Amino acid sequence: MAIGLHNSDMKNPVVRWIDQRMPIFTMMQKEYGSFPTPRNFNYFWNFGALAMVNLMIMIATGIFLAMHYTPHTTLAFDSVERIMRDVNFGWLMRYVHANGASMFFIVVYIHIWRGMYYGSYKAPRELLWMLGVVIFLLMMATAFMGYVLPWGQMSFWGATVITNLFSAFPVVGQWIVSLLWGGFSVDNPTLNRFFSLHYLLPFVIVGVVFLHIVALHITGSNNPLGIEPKGPQDTLPFHPYYTAKDSFGLVIYFIVFAVLVFFAPNYLGHPDNYIPANPLVTPAHIVPEWYFLPYYAILRAVPDKLGGVLLMFGSILVWFVLPWLDRSPVRSMRFRPLARIAFLLWTVAFLVLLYCGGKPAEEPFVTISRIATAYYFAYFLVILPLLGRLERPLPLPESISRAVLRGGGPLPAGAAAKPMEKA
Amino acid sequence: MFRTTLKAFAVIGGLLAALPSPAGAAGDEIHLPPVRFSFDGVFGTYDRASAQRGFQVYKEVCAACHAMRLISYRNLRELGLTEQQVAAIASQVQIQDGPNDEGQMFERPGRPSDRFRSPFPNDAAARAANNNSLPPDLSVITKARAGGAAYIYALMTGYSEPPAGVTVAEGMNYNQYFPGHQIAMAPPLNPDQVQFADGTPATVENMARDVATFLQWAAEPELEQRRGMGVKIILFLTVLAGLAYAVKRKIWADAH
Amino acid sequence: MAESGAATASDGTPRRDFLNLVTASFAAVGVGAIAWPFIASMQPARDVLALASTDVELAPIAEGQAVTVMWRGKPIFVRHRTGAEITAARDVPPAQLPDPATDQSRVQKDQWLVVIGICTHLGCVPLGQKPTDPRGEYGGWFCPCHGSHYDTSGRIRKGPAPRNLDVPQYAFTSDTKIRIG
Repeated sequence: MAIGLHNSDMKNPVVRWIDQRMPIFTMMQKEYGSFPTPRNFNYFWNFGALAMVNLMIMIATGIFLAMHYTPHTTLAFDSVERIMRDVNFGWLMRYVHANGASMFFIVVYIHIWRGMYYGSYKAPRELLWMLGVVIFLLMMATAFMGYVLPWGQMSFWGATVITNLFSAFPVVGQWIVSLLWGGFSVDNPTLNRFFSLHYLLPFVIVGVVFLHIVALHITGSNNPLGIEPKGPQDTLPFHPYYTAKDSFGLVIYFIVFAVLVFFAPNYLGHPDNYIPANPLVTPAHIVPEWYFLPYYAILRAVPDKLGGVLLMFGSILVWFVLPWLDRSPVRSMRFRPLARIAFLLWTVAFLVLLYCGGKPAEEPFVTISRIATAYYFAYFLVILPLLGRLERPLPLPESISRAVLRGGGPLPAGAAAKPMEKA
Repeated sequence: MFRTTLKAFAVIGGLLAALPSPAGAAGDEIHLPPVRFSFDGVFGTYDRASAQRGFQVYKEVCAACHAMRLISYRNLRELGLTEQQVAAIASQVQIQDGPNDEGQMFERPGRPSDRFRSPFPNDAAARAANNNSLPPDLSVITKARAGGAAYIYALMTGYSEPPAGVTVAEGMNYNQYFPGHQIAMAPPLNPDQVQFADGTPATVENMARDVATFLQWAAEPELEQRRGMGVKIILFLTVLAGLAYAVKRKIWADAH
Repeated sequence: MAESGAATASDGTPRRDFLNLVTASFAAVGVGAIAWPFIASMQPARDVLALASTDVELAPIAEGQAVTVMWRGKPIFVRHRTGAEITAARDVPPAQLPDPATDQSRVQKDQWLVVIGICTHLGCVPLGQKPTDPRGEYGGWFCPCHGSHYDTSGRIRKGPAPRNLDVPQYAFTSDTKIRIG
């Protein structure tokens, strides 16, 4: 790259002065202004931007909550209630933060589901997908540790059960557990380190999100048809088309968020977490937060301790190799009649696991969990690899513009730079 | 485009609907009796008179065993009590303070800024005085029990003789709404146990409803502000959604 | 993000500009309204504002002695002044002082001076409470941080501090007891 001032196109002299020396405005214009984006996104493509906004909300409310929270076993519960009662708008901050975690998982689950349905994980977007899985794992760790901080009964016993999972590993298990606890049980050292890490990890997530977006802007976005744009007639500049569309989706998301925060702030929580932690009394029925229930159901579906733990971790780790398990050249499930059914069944299995995870570990839920768990893994390890060889996909459209524009749009070979068909 | 939006929200709705309700988790289902409160629904608010009576019930009955260590006397101002009334209520109790210049703890009359005085110095003392059962702190009790205020009301009114064939352990009482039905707390409310200044008859049902209202307020003092703000914000967002959709339509008009 | 739709209009008709303007204004109001709870949350919480007042027993303080008590996280100087100290404080014509105030306006009972023990310069705690402390050139307090001298009425006499030591709100609840706050 040539040394010297950047050749800036910016009009405003101040902006231009900065841009010549540090071309961030040129970069923003390129990546978020004129960035060529497939013209056929549906509203499922809003959820990446929503997740980004949600992350910002969590960090902002979290920083302000941390100004009032006290990470000590004798004070944590009371300091949270003090936030709820005495701190100006403290109840708002806390309910936004607590329900923001749920919103984050709803948004990210839909984002992941969209990636799986439309084959966004396939070449050349494997790394983009894997970075996304890393973000999801970091999110889970952050959410788990955040739930411990109010130091209620579910905080304490959730932390005890989850950290004890690691004891299933042979040889190093107990060593890992005491490393997590910093003592002989979940206690003050645990709470302190969880608070420290809960504050740190979101910024790590920001870093990985940045990499996720860098990778996205190299390959470009996938789209509902799963075929690559073949020219300018297949794309639109990100701004104003997708900024406007994302903004609309964002407001709808805020409405859902506001209904939760203002009218059902404890609907997704558990009453037991308003009982201060008591190491001597286990609640009758320990359940994790709703977004962990599918994995909890997988854990309980396996009658063996180590097997359950391995399968639980494996249920997400398998996502890492998804691009190599599914060898079908066709991305979008729209053109894969068999895989489409198999995937929708997988979605049902996931929701069934979510349901069973919240039920007591008794029949019929154990058997149902086992069937759903078996299908969960069979989809990735058996059905997708087989369908990649056996399935006959439907014919793909010639191009995005041919498929989505009324009147068919120009042929890919056509020279039309910008289709002008009116809706 | 709306079809896909609907699909997206169907997914959200499905996720929410699939969530097990925490109340249903306890195994054998207990159905609470129907009871209506002033704070029910989206626009409900606290009936101040009822909550004040509920405070009186708490002070004269529950406070003998149950602490509310997160509530301060000054908070009672929110129930409509005057500054003088709050100061008078606070000064009726002795609060431990100190150490003084000699290093001794001492007792002084309560002030509005003090937390409610707890009946026992610690949990062990509370257990020792209550047949080894811990009377739970009531500060956030309606948030800490499935069913909330309705559960409190049910519990207060749910004492009866055990049905035939059920034996109740020594020192326990039968309550049809308590999980497991055997509760250490003896029936706390008896008719005319308190004298309400406003002439409300002190029936068990009235007292139970009032104390449930008071405890709901204690657990969620922000409820009225929260809902009021929520209505405004959702109205604002609805208008903004309409505008944002119009802008989006205009911009996309030439792209279809 | 919501405002961004307003920036470009490839076929800008007046109606679209107006629509964009209204939407952008709405979004700006929304963003502004979001900022307020965050800022407000950093102001003192209600329990802090309701902090208890502090009672001070005066009987044990001998003439010429002083005690320091805490009130709202700040030191309060309570000094039992000698006759000579009172006279010294009252002999000075207030007009000559950097921050003119009569001694009478700063005490409720002549022998008891109650001031907030925070130097009005940059918030250090002045010396002069213990008998062994330096009391500055005017027999009151001396702030070691930047050399402010206060007199026996807590008034600034020399040095960089701009104002006299503040007098907190207090009242005598009996002859030998005060309540600060």
